[in-house]
Amino acid sequence: MSRRISTLLISVACVACGPHDSPLDHTGSPVIAAPIVPGTPPTTRLVSPLPAGDWTLPAGDLANTRFSPLDQITTKNVANLHIVGTMSTGIPHGHEGSPLVVDHTMYVVTPFPNDLIAIDLTKPGFPVKWTYKPHPDGRAAGIACCDIVNRGASYAAGKIIYNLLDGHTVAVDAKTGKEMWRTTVGNINVGETFTMAAFVVKNEVIVGNSGGELGVRGKVVALSVDDGHELWRAYNSGPDIDAKIGPDFKPFYPKDQGKDLGVTTFPPGQWKLGGGTVWGWISYDPETNTIYYGTGNPGVWNPDLRPGDNKWSCSIIARDADTGAAKWAYQVVPHDHHDYDEIMENILVDMQWNGQMRKLLVHPGRSGFVFVLDRVTGELLSAEKFVPSTNWASGYDLKTGKPIEDPTKHTGTNKVAKNVCPSSTGAKEFVPSSFSPRTGLLYIPAHDSCMDYEGTEANYIEGTPYLGAAVKMFPGPSGHQGELVAWDVVHGKRVWATDEGKFPVYSGVLATAGDVVFFGTMEGWFKAVDAHSGAELWKVKLASGIVGNPMTYIGPDGKQYVAVYAGIGGWMGAVDFPDVSEDDPYAALGVVGAMAGIKDYTRPGDVLYIFSL
Amino acid sequence: MCSTSSLFSLLLLCSVAAADPLRVCSDPNNLPFSNKAGEGFENRIAELIAKDLGQQVVYTWFPQRRGFVRNTLKAKKCDLIMGEPVGFDLAEVTAPFYRSSYVFVTKRGAIVPTGLDDPRLAELRIGLHAIGDDYANVPPARVLAANGFVNHIVGYPLYGDYREPSPPAKLIDAVANGDVDVAIAWGPLAGYFAAKHDLVVTPIVSDAPGMQFAIGLGVRHDDHARKTELEHELKKLKPKIDRILADFHVPEAR
Repeated sequence: MSRRISTLLISVACVACGPHDSPLDHTGSPVIAAPIVPGTPPTTRLVSPLPAGDWTLPAGDLANTRFSPLDQITTKNVANLHIVGTMSTGIPHGHEGSPLVVDHTMYVVTPFPNDLIAIDLTKPGFPVKWTYKPHPDGRAAGIACCDIVNRGASYAAGKIIYNLLDGHTVAVDAKTGKEMWRTTVGNINVGETFTMAAFVVKNEVIVGNSGGELGVRGKVVALSVDDGHELWRAYNSGPDIDAKIGPDFKPFYPKDQGKDLGVTTFPPGQWKLGGGTVWGWISYDPETNTIYYGTGNPGVWNPDLRPGDNKWSCSIIARDADTGAAKWAYQVVPHDHHDYDEIMENILVDMQWNGQMRKLLVHPGRSGFVFVLDRVTGELLSAEKFVPSTNWASGYDLKTGKPIEDPTKHTGTNKVAKNVCPSSTGAKEFVPSSFSPRTGLLYIPAHDSCMDYEGTEANYIEGTPYLGAAVKMFPGPSGHQGELVAWDVVHGKRVWATDEGKFPVYSGVLATAGDVVFFGTMEGWFKAVDAHSGAELWKVKLASGIVGNPMTYIGPDGKQYVAVYAGIGGWMGAVDFPDVSEDDPYAALGVVGAMAGIKDYTRPGDVLYIFSL
Repeated sequence: MCSTSSLFSLLLLCSVAAADPLRVCSDPNNLPFSNKAGEGFENRIAELIAKDLGQQVVYTWFPQRRGFVRNTLKAKKCDLIMGEPVGFDLAEVTAPFYRSSYVFVTKRGAIVPTGLDDPRLAELRIGLHAIGDDYANVPPARVLAANGFVNHIVGYPLYGDYREPSPPAKLIDAVANGDVDVAIAWGPLAGYFAAKHDLVVTPIVSDAPGMQFAIGLGVRHDDHARKTELEHELKKLKPKIDRILADFHVPEAR
């Protein structure tokens, strides 16, 4: 039974597959997944190879479903899962991202100083084979806004490729740990850092930058996997030539059409500090050779100072993978008031939509809506609230693509905006969701957090005093800040949501063909729930809060394993660090208030956990 | 302090007291306030106070950016920050030793706006520092926005490129080389760099929030004894401190 279903779910037309294709892949006609539970999930087609034995990409797959076809671990036996391996990285900071597994070796990228640790999965106790130490510039640690995290690596052509916080991308020989190349991709002296997981597509690795709040111009850069030389780069602000917008660019909505919108949607010259950074995830459709990613907020200026839509901040952008030429763009939040970076994952899946198969892009946004777009044209098909308290906008007009905003929730000069939902950390942060074609559900690690905004707090940087924003964050109407939401993509509704209590869910999610969904909480609980019902099937308390992403693989013994980091940190988790005081609930833009009490629940940590049955 | 009956004890006590350093948390690249060569007015005032107390200044250097107070004062690596605004909640701030305001900086002979509501601002290229903290902008920016003058604002990141000396000075350089018609900057920073270019500094009179600040010395919240001692020193040394501030062209708030 399970083998038949796994075969049905495997992807198609694998034009760009590398040497680690799943053994279950086959070429030929499209593979359609039949509904598992009669009458519920729609027909679904996956477009990129799934991570079967190994896990070679940040999301496991190119389409970012984070769905594993492995099914030895099931709803019936997951209660028997137990810890079989542990390792400390020695760095008690946020462990975002996940390890890779290639050829029975596990690869861990640590928080700054971004060491790469290779672990031998063939030996008892999983000993360390080697550690590669890149020694990035220590100043980067003082510049990065939100803890010194790293969101992971990609494997290609015998190399592990990832970003260093200080603006370099490195490729390391996966067998020996020797550095093969190191390319400068950014300038930390102007506040540009790199935290996102470098993403390999064919023979390119694509990276994006951080630092939008410092006025860093957002960009994506493609490097050659062979030697790291730059192939192309595209900015997310400024003239069309910088943004690689040309004759192939066909945005669906009039609001996104026009020449040099990256210039004209700001007051003159302001695009130079225009933000739009890319610190989240990139996905790829091998059938159309298109990459997709989302961009961050519009940089340094308060909304009042940057009248205009401020493109291409808070947008989803589709580009040709070979040249970077933009195919379409959809600005999700024009003229952002709330720090709603829309860098979240864009999950590529084909599903039945109003009776016909359609190529979809599913984006659960910081702003509280699940956006479903036609990924060929960029048309918005649906935008529905996955956290019901969302109130900055009541919905989206599908004809114009524009949000229907509540102006009383706008922030700005001398404004007090009360009970704005979601808060700036969003209904969901960058932590990635997972989609199961077996249920048709998107599993979203969500927050129910709202904020009061008032711009009046005295602050002082580089000898200049100013008034910063006093932001207070607190749980939304549900009374709990953390929930795992199961979202019916086609019908645009919540099917169920778990109550994860006081703190937002700040981990990635993994759905498997065993119908188990894994995720972690900031308190440190690592959980497995039933993919259909959400019933909690298993949990274990780990040494620290979980802000990374669970992954799964087949070990040398042919058995299925699950791995995850426990090491709290990141923007919200950093409140748990010993030198951060909880005295001021307004500190860290209100995050301190939202995380009040975390020190009673968990402590900083740095442990990799490996589980099996 | 050094009064005892025995000469030997006198010498011993005095030398111990003199060896006790005045531990200052400071930015190594932040003129006119401080730099590693001791050329800033905060360096000079620190030395003045230390000398009066019979102490030596010992610096903990750290850029005055994100994490400054947490990594220096709070971490107890040093005990004194030479400038923080009254009302700053990350440190206990003494009574102020100067008050300044945001100012206009213009070339000699150029238009000086009469205030942040001067209609001529609509036609001028206005330079501002961009703070680089989510939601935060310099207070004059807010007033300009409220008055509708947003179409010719040129931003200069306050953090700038830290490899270069005095990154914030780029805003004032921009007036000198004509990239902007007027800059609006924080008084002490403007006064010092404007003097180097022979530019005109005009304090802005405005009761909008954040246009003026009183600046004192910062210590840890529980360090009451030190705060009292420092306030005593600030009073005692006021004429000399005022002279240093005048040497550095720190504009007084109007």
